[in-house]
This record gives sequence, C-alpha cells and structure tokens, in this order.
Amino acid sequence: MSAAPAGLTSPVLDDTVAPRRRRPVRSVGRSLWWFVLPAAAIYVFVVIVPSVQGFVSSFTNWSFSNSAPSFIGFENYVTVLQGEAGAAALRTVFIAFVVVIGQNVLGLGLALLLHGRIFGRNILRTIIFAPMVVSALVVGYLFKYIFGPPGTGAANFVLGAVGLPQVDFLGNPTTALWIIIITVIWQFTGSTMVIYLAGLQGVPPELDEAGAVDGAGYWSRFWYITRPLLAPAITINLMLGLIGGLKLFDQIFSITNGGPGNQTQTISTLIYLIFSQFAEYGRAAALAVVLAIAVGILAFIQFAVLRRQEQHS
Amino acid sequence: MNTSLRGRVTSNITAYGVTIVFLIPVYILFNLALRPSGDLTPGILPSANPTLDNFVKAWTESSLPGAIVTSLIVTTLSLVVTVVLATMAAYPLARSTARLSNWTFYIFLAGLLLPFQLALIPLYVQMRDLGLLGTVWSLVIVYSGVQMPFSIFLLTTFIRSSVPQEYEEAAQIDGCGPLSTFWHVVVPLLRPVLGTCVILNGVGIWNDFFTPLIYLAGSETKTIPMAIYEFVGQYVSDWPLIFASLIISIVPILTLYLVFQRYVIQGFAGGLKG
Repeated sequence: MSAAPAGLTSPVLDDTVAPRRRRPVRSVGRSLWWFVLPAAAIYVFVVIVPSVQGFVSSFTNWSFSNSAPSFIGFENYVTVLQGEAGAAALRTVFIAFVVVIGQNVLGLGLALLLHGRIFGRNILRTIIFAPMVVSALVVGYLFKYIFGPPGTGAANFVLGAVGLPQVDFLGNPTTALWIIIITVIWQFTGSTMVIYLAGLQGVPPELDEAGAVDGAGYWSRFWYITRPLLAPAITINLMLGLIGGLKLFDQIFSITNGGPGNQTQTISTLIYLIFSQFAEYGRAAALAVVLAIAVGILAFIQFAVLRRQEQHS
Repeated sequence: MNTSLRGRVTSNITAYGVTIVFLIPVYILFNLALRPSGDLTPGILPSANPTLDNFVKAWTESSLPGAIVTSLIVTTLSLVVTVVLATMAAYPLARSTARLSNWTFYIFLAGLLLPFQLALIPLYVQMRDLGLLGTVWSLVIVYSGVQMPFSIFLLTTFIRSSVPQEYEEAAQIDGCGPLSTFWHVVVPLLRPVLGTCVILNGVGIWNDFFTPLIYLAGSETKTIPMAIYEFVGQYVSDWPLIFASLIISIVPILTLYLVFQRYVIQGFAGGLKG
C-alpha cells in the first residue's frame, strides 16, 4: 500500500495525481522481484548490520584497548549523559532550534519577496541558493576568518572602524555558538527559500487577488490564504532543518572544533571525539543511539503532522 | 496585481539589499585570496595590488589537484552504483503489493532515520578487516549504502505516482518481456526523478567530510574536503593562501551549479519536498 510514502509526499502533489486503479492484471514489476537484491545486499552490509552491531555495542565496554567487550547494561548511557554529553545534547537541540527559526523566517521572507515581481529575481535566487552546493567545511573556514580574533577578523575590523570595542567572538563559548548558528543559517537559508518558493507556486494567484478585491490587506492575505496553503512546506522545512541541525558536524569541526573548553561540542562532534581520541567505541555508540532516538522522534512528529494536514486539506 | 510603484521599488531595494549583505562573505573570500603575502590590510578593504600568487601556491602546495580527481572518481562511482541499483530495486517495490515487498520498502525507509554515526564504528572494523581503509572503495561502498534509502524512496514514490501502469501492460501485450519493458518503457519515463537523484546525492557525496575523515584518515588518498582540512592544518593562519585553496576547491561544483542552476534548484525543491 502506498499509505506511508503518500504520507510523506506533499498533498499539493497528490491532488494532481489521479487515484491509482487496482487491476487484477499481474504487474510486470513483480516478476522482477530479484531486482531488489543487489540494493538490499549493499544496504544490509553498510547500514543494517553495522547499525545493529552499533546498538548492541552501546551496552558493552568495547574500546580500542578492550577487544573482548562484556555487557555493562546502561552504564555507557549514564556516563555519557551525566558527563559532557548531557550538556552537548542540550546545546545541539538549542542550535537546531535557533537555526531552524532563523532559517525559516529569513527563507520565507526571501521566498515571498522573490516570488513577487523583482527585477532579475532568478539571478537573486541563484545567488542565495549557491552556498548550499558548497562544502560546509569551506563555509566554516570562511566564517572562522571573518569572526577571527581582534586584529585579524573582518568583523572585528569593522567594529574597530566604527569605534566599537572588538570582540573575541570564537574565544567565548556563547558568542562562538552564535557564530556557528549564523554560519549555518547563511549557508542553508537558500534551501529553505527554494522549498517555500516551490510551495508558493501551488498558491493560485486568483485566491490572492480575490482576497485583495475583498479588501484584505497584505498580512491578512498572507495569514489566511498563503500560510494554510504553505503548511506542508513549513512542516518539511522545520523538520529538515531540525534533523540537519541535530546532525551538525562540519561547521563546528572547522570553526571551533568544539572549543573553547569543549563548550561548543554537539552530539556529532562528541561522537567523533570519543571515537578518535579516546577510542571508547561502546560509549560513542551509546551517544549515537541517543542521536538516533532524537532524529526518530522528530521524524515521527513530521510524519504525524503531514498526515493530519493531508486529512484537513 | 494592484502593487503600487512605491511598493515595487521598496521590494526591489529590499531584495537587492539582502542579496548584497548575503554576498559580503563571498566578497571577503575573493578579496583576501587576491592579497599578496605580507599585505596586512584588513580583509574587508580591497587590496591595493591584487595578485594570483596565492592560487598558484595553493594549487602546487596542496594536494588539491589529486583530490579533485579522487573526488570525481568517488562521486561518479558512487552515483552510478546508487542510481542503477536504486532504480532496479524501486521498480518491483513500487509495483508489487505483496506484504514482503511492503516490508522491504519500510526497511529501506528506516535507513532514512538512522544516523550514520551509529553504523560508523562497526563498519570501520569491517572495512579494516577487508583491507579497504584508505581506499576509494571504502567510500564508494559506504556512500552507495547510505544513499540507497533516500534514492529508493524518491524513485519508488515517483514510479507509483507518475508512471502509468498501462504503458507496461501495453508493452507486455505487444510481447515485451519484463526486462525489456523495464528498460525501454519504465526507465525513459524516470528521467526527471533520476536527475533529482543524481543532483542531491552528487552534491552530498562531493561535499561530504565526515566519511573520508574516518575511512581515509592517515592515507594518501584524499577527497577535496580532506585536502582542504589538511591544507588549513598546515598553513594555520595564512588566510590569503587558505582562501585561494577554498576557492579552487569550490570552482568545479560551483561551475556545474551555475550551468545547471535551474535543474539543481528544481531538483532540490522537488527532492527535499518529497
């Protein structure tokens, strides 16, 4: 049945598709069942088996120096969440939420602006989307320089030039966190915008015009006409942003590498740290399970919300 | 529309204003890369005597030239394996209504949720035992597996929603076997979604840093992000030189993007939405 995938697709799309007819005719596709095997084999080898092994090892004291691990129950989870990882998990969620809000406010604003009659709007769209195709590592290094210490960074030069005190942005955990957030928003606002633009194309201009004729102002037209029709795009953007935010790695690795004093570590960078520096595989796996659960919860919410929106429309 | 002239002027100015603010980091990137070494004018001011020396030095002293080739090989091989195998798998998954087939599809979908970090270490041990660490093969295998769920999801939903089964039945009545029906009837209809698949997976693989950081650590084989990481580590605060290397590293993908921008943007919107 197509219930699950249909739940994930946009209702706008589904409306245009004719309902599928069920025929007694034996489909051609079924005799090619063995076509699944190569893909399944590589998927099982790369994703399923190692993930199960990872899950199991999260309950053991497996490490580089201990190749004969024994079961230790939830000990890894307790140590991990009581130690740095608890703070890192909260920080990860904080970054994800702020990024999502910033990205969506900016992305939606830009989409509304560039959906209208703007001279050369396609060029502007192309420019704003461009950072999305560039490596996050490269963007990270660029922003690391811009917000460099007093005397080197471009931002500090501007502060100095207008007579404001210079700030050691990346030397302070709070400002460093905001720099990471700004970097991510700068890079991914374009992708949020593009999804909103696609959503706006599904809003019939006649509706908006009818609203205008009835004397509705710009904001009430936005709120009562555009916003409900954009609902699926909003859900998708929120969830993509949150899930992406939870997995954030490259930007932190390049801008602060978790510092100063481990105070900008997130779950992903901490997993790497525990793996590469301490080689405590069981502990790293426990943290990965925590990440998996967080992502799973979000995906479940997205699924439920999209489902409800579909039933309403 | 009843947008007034003033309204249009304001929105044009806002749009261009935002774009210019948005471009400031890019300006700094280029401006600094053109700066001769020893010139300490702040990065925000245009350089008095721009030079291309940094580019020459970055090209000759980094491992970027080789890394670009490696990245090309890795991305191409992974894309071919992923797209071919995912297309094959998606077809029966989309057409069969058997319970086993549905479960297989759901198991593939579950892969969308599993963060790669969970599989990371066991897979690392696996690759080590197979002697694949430090080779492009480890990356190709990892990417093919990791990108499979999303590709299969895209292709399966597309076949279900946009490939009419009547064509296949007609072909069958005309005496076409299952294999040639698949190849001559179904595959040509998949062109738009295959484009989306190639773009989304291609950009992801090309820019990925985490996987090579683990599986290529300490080896001579490097992808572009690895080469950049290493180069930055070597020339810690020689920012003009580092920026030249960053620019070189993004030229290939940015060129492709600008040439195919319409398809890329559509592909992203369609794929992510979907």
